Amino acid sequence: MAMDYFEYLRKDKMPHIWCPGCGHGTIVKSILRAIDKLQWKKDDVVVVSGIGCSSRTPGYLDFNTLHTTHGRALAFATGIKVANPKLHVVVVAGDGDSMAIGGNHFIHTCRRNLDITLVVYNNNIYGMTGGQASPTTFKGSRGTTAPYGAIEDPFDVCEMAKAAGASFVARALDLDAVAMDRVIVAAMENKGFSVVDAWSQCTTYFGRQNKWGSASDMMDRYKEMTYNVKAADKLAPEQKAGKFPLGVLHQVQRTEWCEQYDKLIESLKARD
Amino acid sequence: MSEHAKRVRFLSGNEACSLGALAAGCRFFGGYPISPSSEIAEFLSGQLPKVGGKFIQMEDEIASIGAILGASLAGAKTMTATSGPGLSLMQENLGFGMMAEIPCVVVDVMRGGPSTGNPTGPSQSDVMALRWGTHGDHPVVVVCPASIKEVYYGTIDCFNYAEMMRTPVILAMDEITAHMREKIEIPAPEELHIEYRRKPTVKPGESYFPYQPAQDLVPVMADYGEGIRYHVTGLNHDKTGFPTGNPEIMEEGNRRLLEKIEHNKEKLLKYEEYKVSDAEVLVVAYGSTARSAKRAVDDARERGVKAGLFRPITLYPIPDKALQAAAAKAKRVIVPEMNLGQYIMIVERVLGHSVKLSGVNLVNGEPIQPSRILSAIMGE
Repeated sequence: MAMDYFEYLRKDKMPHIWCPGCGHGTIVKSILRAIDKLQWKKDDVVVVSGIGCSSRTPGYLDFNTLHTTHGRALAFATGIKVANPKLHVVVVAGDGDSMAIGGNHFIHTCRRNLDITLVVYNNNIYGMTGGQASPTTFKGSRGTTAPYGAIEDPFDVCEMAKAAGASFVARALDLDAVAMDRVIVAAMENKGFSVVDAWSQCTTYFGRQNKWGSASDMMDRYKEMTYNVKAADKLAPEQKAGKFPLGVLHQVQRTEWCEQYDKLIESLKARD
Repeated sequence: MSEHAKRVRFLSGNEACSLGALAAGCRFFGGYPISPSSEIAEFLSGQLPKVGGKFIQMEDEIASIGAILGASLAGAKTMTATSGPGLSLMQENLGFGMMAEIPCVVVDVMRGGPSTGNPTGPSQSDVMALRWGTHGDHPVVVVCPASIKEVYYGTIDCFNYAEMMRTPVILAMDEITAHMREKIEIPAPEELHIEYRRKPTVKPGESYFPYQPAQDLVPVMADYGEGIRYHVTGLNHDKTGFPTGNPEIMEEGNRRLLEKIEHNKEKLLKYEEYKVSDAEVLVVAYGSTARSAKRAVDDARERGVKAGLFRPITLYPIPDKALQAAAAKAKRVIVPEMNLGQYIMIVERVLGHSVKLSGVNLVNGEPIQPSRILSAIMGE
């Protein structure tokens, strides 16, 4: 039986603020399908965000929800998870929120390996403030603060997460809901810190400034820019050059922070 | 050893603060090392897991206060400790805690500033930053102890005030108070008065309004995971917790944040009056400076000058009526402080221009000696 989205939505908060053509709504639906599939009780779920378009997500969802300051969602989420490890903590953030102002929290949350799932709604631009270049704006792409094209190299969210120690790293495109569902479920099932780089086209600011066309034109671009990591072996190096792999890119077993701390508490009891 | 003797300890301020926090029920500490506050993090990293609490060293002070606010929403009594540069970094999230009405305790061990300043020297130069550091109009509660005993009880007061008022509360020590050692008798737990946030009693089918003020203007607070799902934001919000752009609701909400402190002020005010009843020269001093001031008052009395000391323990809200009463007979008021004149601005506002007001100020990393205050009292 198909799930009822309204079971998880605060209907009275609709309509949402996102623009026509924006991919954020499809990511939200994937998150909800994943929570439904995992049968998490609504009372046990906390959704935390920072500031930006993506960060309006919690307000629409019928969970325990927290809309924090710019870049700091992971810091708040860390406190929630550590104080009550029984809670399922999901953090949603934009590329600017998580990779620029919140970059330090991002890498250290990866390092700690708390059981938190971070979904980065990556649209390569600051949408809410009007289309400024972000740390994932492609080199040469325009933003209102990069009117001649960005001269800096962007961060790769997944490479950052991997390098900093996240125990689960995946990338999916908003246009492929099946793949998005699959990686978000796997991310939530992973007992540790999971990062999903969820690409979402910003037609209003990125698309228009860069003349990438409509939402569907932008999705076509995303398809051209990416490849399925499972097919990576079959592709020639030049077919992968400059492109981004999709799917589960990294998964390792690492002790989760709260479990480790609980062991410490137990060992201190034993010592008494 | 008798039970009584076992409870007598010789503690530094930072240790007394840590023990006070544990006694108040603090079970979560998120912090980042910084002199001269680090001993608090060190102490609690060892003690919290022993009582089933959690200690986490965060990547910076911004994360530290973020973590304690998050942990508080999940139901824990929480604390962080820092000093000037860290306090500057915490200001945005401190404002979030005030706006979203999340109880927590922030310890600021004041060192010399601005910037890196004098990391291991005493100072009282955060007194205005503590009041006005974060942007916007906001409620502030600051407790400033002057002895080790007062650090212990003051820390418990901070937790109580935070839980009662649903707001971040600051314990402001100066480096001297944090690092000096004094004898203290640790009370038995049953001797302490401990406050807990008021929880909603919502029957099935009823709505919970997380920002609906109760009679004392403080809304009751549900913890995440308790079965009441609600929204928390730093945006202006209505009683449901959701953002609003309604001018009337925003005005009312912003005003209530300040009014809830003003309304409950009497419960938050502590101060010491020393020989003030006939004082013609009143010294207003706080923290370790008040210890020098007390000596100076005694010395002045020996020289025949009717001097007295008014010592606010609660710096904010301002104990204005008590200060006015203490200054009733004063012709001159002297405000010594280890900054270039910060709390004196408050004193001036409270007392107006009916008295002659002067400061004794020092920002060289040395404590203010009683002799300097005495000279000011004697009008030298």
